[in-house]
Amino acid sequence: MILDGKAPNGPIESTWDRHRFEMKLVNPSNKRKYKILVVGTGLAGASAAASLGELGYNVEAFCYQDSPRRAHSIAAQGGINAAKNYPNDGDSIFRLFYDTIKGGDFRAREADVWRLAQVSNNIIDQCVAQGVPFARDYAGYLDNRSFGGAQVSRTFFARGQTGQQLLLGAYSALSRQIKIGTVRMFPRTEMLDLVVADGEAKAITVRDLVTGEIRVHAGDAVLLCTGGYVNVFYLSTNAMGCSVTALWKAHRKGAFFANPCYTQIHPTCIPQAGEYQSKLTLMSESLRNDGRCWVPKRKEDCRKTPNSIPEEDRDYYLERKYPSFGNLAPRDIASRAAKEQCDDGRGVGPGGRGVYLDLKDSIARLGEQVIRERYGNLFEMYERITDENGYKVPMRIYPAPHYAMGGLWVDYDLMSNLPGLFVLGEANFSVHGANRLGASALMQGLADGYFVIPYTIANYLARTRPGKVSADHAECRKSVEEVKGYTRKLLSVNGNRTVTEFMRELGHLMWNHCGMARSKESLSEAIARIPAIREEFWQNVKVGGTGEEFNQQLENAGRTADFLEFSELLCRDALDRNESCGGHFRVEYQYPDGEAKRDDENYCYVAAWEWKGIDKPPELHKEPLKFENVHLAVRSYK
Amino acid sequence: MQLLSSAIGRKVVMAATGLFMLLFVIVHLLGNSTIFAGPNAINAYAEKLQSLGPFVWAFRLFLLFMLFFHVIYGILLTLENAAANPGKYAVKKMLKATFASETMIWTGLLLLAFIVYHLLQFTVRVTPDVVLGNDAKGRFDVYTMVAGSLKIAPIAMVYVAAMVTLFLHLSHGIQSIFQSAGLSNDKALPQYTVIGKLLAVIFLVGYSAIPVLILAGILAK
Amino acid sequence: MSDHTSEHRTMTLKLIVWRQKGQNEPGRFETYVARNITEHHSFLEMLDVVNEELIREGKDPIAFDHDCREGICGMCSTVVNGVPHGGQERTTVCQLHMRKFKDGDTIYLEPWRARAFPILKDLVVDRGALDKIIQAGGYTSCHTGGVPDANSTPVSKAESDYAMDAAECIGCGACVAACPNGAAMLFTGAKISQFAALPQGQVEAPERVAGMVNAMQECGFGNCTNHYECQAACPKGIHVKFIARMNREFLKALFRAKSGSHTFIGEGQD
Ligand SMILES: Cc1cc2nc3c(=O)[nH]c(=O)nc-3n(C[C@H](O)[C@H](O)[C@H](O)COP(=O)(O)OP(=O)(O)OC[C@H]3O[C@@H](n4cnc5c(N)ncnc54)[C@H](O)[C@@H]3O)c2cc1C
Ligand code: HEM
Ligand code: HEM
Ligand code: SF4
Ligand code: F3S
Ligand code: FES
Repeated sequence: MILDGKAPNGPIESTWDRHRFEMKLVNPSNKRKYKILVVGTGLAGASAAASLGELGYNVEAFCYQDSPRRAHSIAAQGGINAAKNYPNDGDSIFRLFYDTIKGGDFRAREADVWRLAQVSNNIIDQCVAQGVPFARDYAGYLDNRSFGGAQVSRTFFARGQTGQQLLLGAYSALSRQIKIGTVRMFPRTEMLDLVVADGEAKAITVRDLVTGEIRVHAGDAVLLCTGGYVNVFYLSTNAMGCSVTALWKAHRKGAFFANPCYTQIHPTCIPQAGEYQSKLTLMSESLRNDGRCWVPKRKEDCRKTPNSIPEEDRDYYLERKYPSFGNLAPRDIASRAAKEQCDDGRGVGPGGRGVYLDLKDSIARLGEQVIRERYGNLFEMYERITDENGYKVPMRIYPAPHYAMGGLWVDYDLMSNLPGLFVLGEANFSVHGANRLGASALMQGLADGYFVIPYTIANYLARTRPGKVSADHAECRKSVEEVKGYTRKLLSVNGNRTVTEFMRELGHLMWNHCGMARSKESLSEAIARIPAIREEFWQNVKVGGTGEEFNQQLENAGRTADFLEFSELLCRDALDRNESCGGHFRVEYQYPDGEAKRDDENYCYVAAWEWKGIDKPPELHKEPLKFENVHLAVRSYK
Repeated sequence: MQLLSSAIGRKVVMAATGLFMLLFVIVHLLGNSTIFAGPNAINAYAEKLQSLGPFVWAFRLFLLFMLFFHVIYGILLTLENAAANPGKYAVKKMLKATFASETMIWTGLLLLAFIVYHLLQFTVRVTPDVVLGNDAKGRFDVYTMVAGSLKIAPIAMVYVAAMVTLFLHLSHGIQSIFQSAGLSNDKALPQYTVIGKLLAVIFLVGYSAIPVLILAGILAK
Repeated sequence: MSDHTSEHRTMTLKLIVWRQKGQNEPGRFETYVARNITEHHSFLEMLDVVNEELIREGKDPIAFDHDCREGICGMCSTVVNGVPHGGQERTTVCQLHMRKFKDGDTIYLEPWRARAFPILKDLVVDRGALDKIIQAGGYTSCHTGGVPDANSTPVSKAESDYAMDAAECIGCGACVAACPNGAAMLFTGAKISQFAALPQGQVEAPERVAGMVNAMQECGFGNCTNHYECQAACPKGIHVKFIARMNREFLKALFRAKSGSHTFIGEGQD
């Protein structure tokens, strides 16, 4: 099937404005009759729930943490982009649009990206009005920095805690609506199934994580804002609870999964210290503004203390390979370069999986005090984790899975192929193409929640009668029974291996076979091995306790079971995409100098997969991508 | 009324009443110090005070009022706090709290007991030890009354103990006034703490000097 | 400084852990042994190791809250040897590392204890009361859209830095757990101070402080007697000056209410 993203045609500058005018509206007095279920209260979910509640819809919101304030958006450090052009350095909506399309390696829909760039400015206004304490200059105006290799300073930030402050802003708006009563919040509640009745998404089945109660919530539309899935690699910068579960359950109910193989590896994470480790910590890549990446030129030097290695024996590999961007090369390029050095046997630290990020020269140039002011909290964090003083010894970093560009397929209205199912934030595939530029995910989450969904949802709701499906609908009852049965099944295996062991095994496999560099062989092997792990899981997993209580083993087991199915799809997508683009690097497709080789002739499309059953290969649907405003060109950062 | 019912309002009441009592304690110490200048000085001072007539009563009433609120709210807040913290940690390590801050209610109640006793003794003058009489100039002889009582070792000890209690209560209480009334910030707080401790020490030394010197036979032979 | 290339020393620790099946069940301490722990394990990774073993033995693993494991979500919440988050300055328990302990140490693990935080299971408590406080006024009532340009109101760098110092609170509740009075003053004071410092927060300032202070009481938190334990335990080093600021804002609001320019929430129209 050829998919239609329903992006409006015509001059790109006016697509969104025209579309907004052409969309249907819901009469103000009718809004409260529509119930909207918002799953996830990160930036995307909280901003959507708050805005929809404010418009007068009847909203129910869910998250698995004990408070909406704890969604993983809270962890974003670096900043959020907007085309404000406050520094007067030549930024514009068009430039942000252009950079995002190019950064995504030409695998995103133009109209969606344009809209993102257009509303980016409203986001900053909104957040400031909410009391988000963005950094300011001495005149009292908002401060900007250049981030992630952008040529203009368009990133707004709040110390190293931008995501936290933005989320707290959205959370406070949400809290206001909860108080008013337009939004009902269900924390510690996990969505375990999507109910599709008569072809439309109308309800979700959830488990109350405290009591274990499994129940259904019916509504008129379902919004999935459940974040990314890179925990499929087990070790990632994501929170422990991030999972693919909500997306996967929707996928199994018919929602198409788009571009699952587009995952981003972040270059500046603290390397793994040992097998027991359960989570990798990211350090803001702003460090690359003042730090230089290097490894020893000779393998023999790798175990020496870094300060004893003389300048001429150091290989500043990014500066060597990418003279014009140097240490600021985009994430996928910087990550791959680090891996190459380590594969070459010149990595440092435990297991040779690390490169140095050295701020020595900047400290010498600017003084330790200036560096402390800029990055003090990062140095502190580094020291807490590694017990090493980054001012004295170069820090060690290594790439780690960080972000999922892929997600459920959505059209221009953010609606999936299932009517009534909308997908926002990191959970959808939309604007980042094959690679996300720094500081653009926060922008997307808030754009979707504050400024897109409040309009586009009306386009759907205005065409449906409220309350079509209630909790005692046959499909709802069936879903509850299925979830209960599934839970019982997990609890009854009573084998010998823990859930974590399976997750670790799967993660290892995924990282080695489908990580930073992928090949036909590695992917085929992964696709062959995953079903075996899955099978063993269902025969040999050990999940204790009961379903009627607070049971973290059970939560993890369910999430792992979904990763065990999803991982296969991810590998299949990677195998099917016979090109290298953005975060997806196939070793077969590269230029002689090691650069990624895109194939616009054959792969300039969105790959959207349809579930066909556990033992059947998924079916591929394509949405061709057209580039009318930014011309397809080879991405070069030399 | 939010001032009397809200968590912060009542703290402000504690701080305000505490502040007035603190001012009294300062003035009282200055007044009492006249004893070091001999019988004439303190008796003259007492006479002067008495001559203010209705003002004295207004002042007494005001102080009583302050004490009343301070005690009532002190007890109320303490009970509420105990309820809010079931306090069942098997191990609890305090990082910043001090003995003084943790014992405010006890030092406060001991002070209350002391004040009752002290008033019965020197204001109502009904305790068995008080010596009543007039001095050579026909004024009420405060000097002899005080010296007479504090010569008795157990009474002097009670006074010293009460002054230690006062020291504890105020070594935490004084900086507390500023913090509770919202007059503090990161720069000022450490300074208030130092000033508070210093004042508390001055009270301890200044007040205790009277019974100690009397008992030692240096003052009022 | 540790040398990552050398062999790790391992240690064995005795854990004395609060176990409680559910909110209304009795709880008690149980003793466990944590083996093969290296100095590079984080505290929660050490607990993972213990739990894996418990699961293999068919026992109920220790329930504890956690998510980001990088000190920002505020989910982790364990009292370690009598100090919430374990007592390393500006460090959440998920970022506490085992190099702070010695081989053979005995470690007590307890949940946050306060009336306003009922225990759900083992080390997991319900901190919904903190959300209630925010719902009572921890926001500006701006609408989505329809707000002025972000640069239309300059905010001095000093005020904005001050607001950010306050806004760093991660809502973990360690201040409540540490406070001998079970008070949420530091948490609430920080939020109120953030808005008090910004122009956006001025319009609703009196209602905000009144509402949030009321909510604290209604949720069963205690009062402040200036012990300053909260700041000492706070993983973000939130300063008690924000409690003073809240008190000041409260008085200001009270004064303004009295002078008739505002009514205090819950005060009626008398
Ligand atoms: C360490 C780190 C640093 C980053 N730094 C930046 C940066 O500097 N700039 C930038 O632009 N981006 C950054 N990103 C990316 C960005 O933070 C995220 O992509 C973005 O915040 C995702 O927001 P979200 O609302 O889509 O999802 P999340 O914030 O992850 O929220 C997901 C929500 O869904 C809920 N949920 C999930 N599954 C279920 C379920 N089954 N049932 C019920 N609820 C569920 C969760 O409880 C949560 O509320 C960073 C990401 C990480 C990990
Ligand atoms: C002359 C006698 C007293 C003086 C000068 C005094 C002074 C003070 C001061 C200055 C404070 C600090 C207020 C604040 O925190 O802002 C305080 C607190 C307190 N006082 Fe007193 N006090 C006196 C007597 C008492 C008595 C008799 C009691 C008996 C109940 C008492 C109980 C308390 C308690 C419990 C507190 C701590 C409560 C709080 O600060 O919230 N005090 N006192
Ligand atoms: C060594 C210490 C003290 C001595 C010698 C002393 C002495 C006296 C004397 C002589 C009087 C009676 C004055 C008169 O009626 O003319 C008096 C009254 C009083 N004293 Fe003290 N005092 C001491 C400490 C304190 C302390 C620590 C407090 C409070 C905490 C206190 C509170 C009072 C009060 C409330 C009165 C009644 C004041 C009045 O009548 O208006 N005294 N004291
Ligand atoms: S003030 Fe500190 S201790 Fe209290 S909730 Fe906030 S971060 Fe946690
Ligand atoms: S510890 Fe408690 S008493 Fe006050 S200063 Fe902090 S809230
Ligand atoms: S787990 Fe997020 S702060 Fe500790």
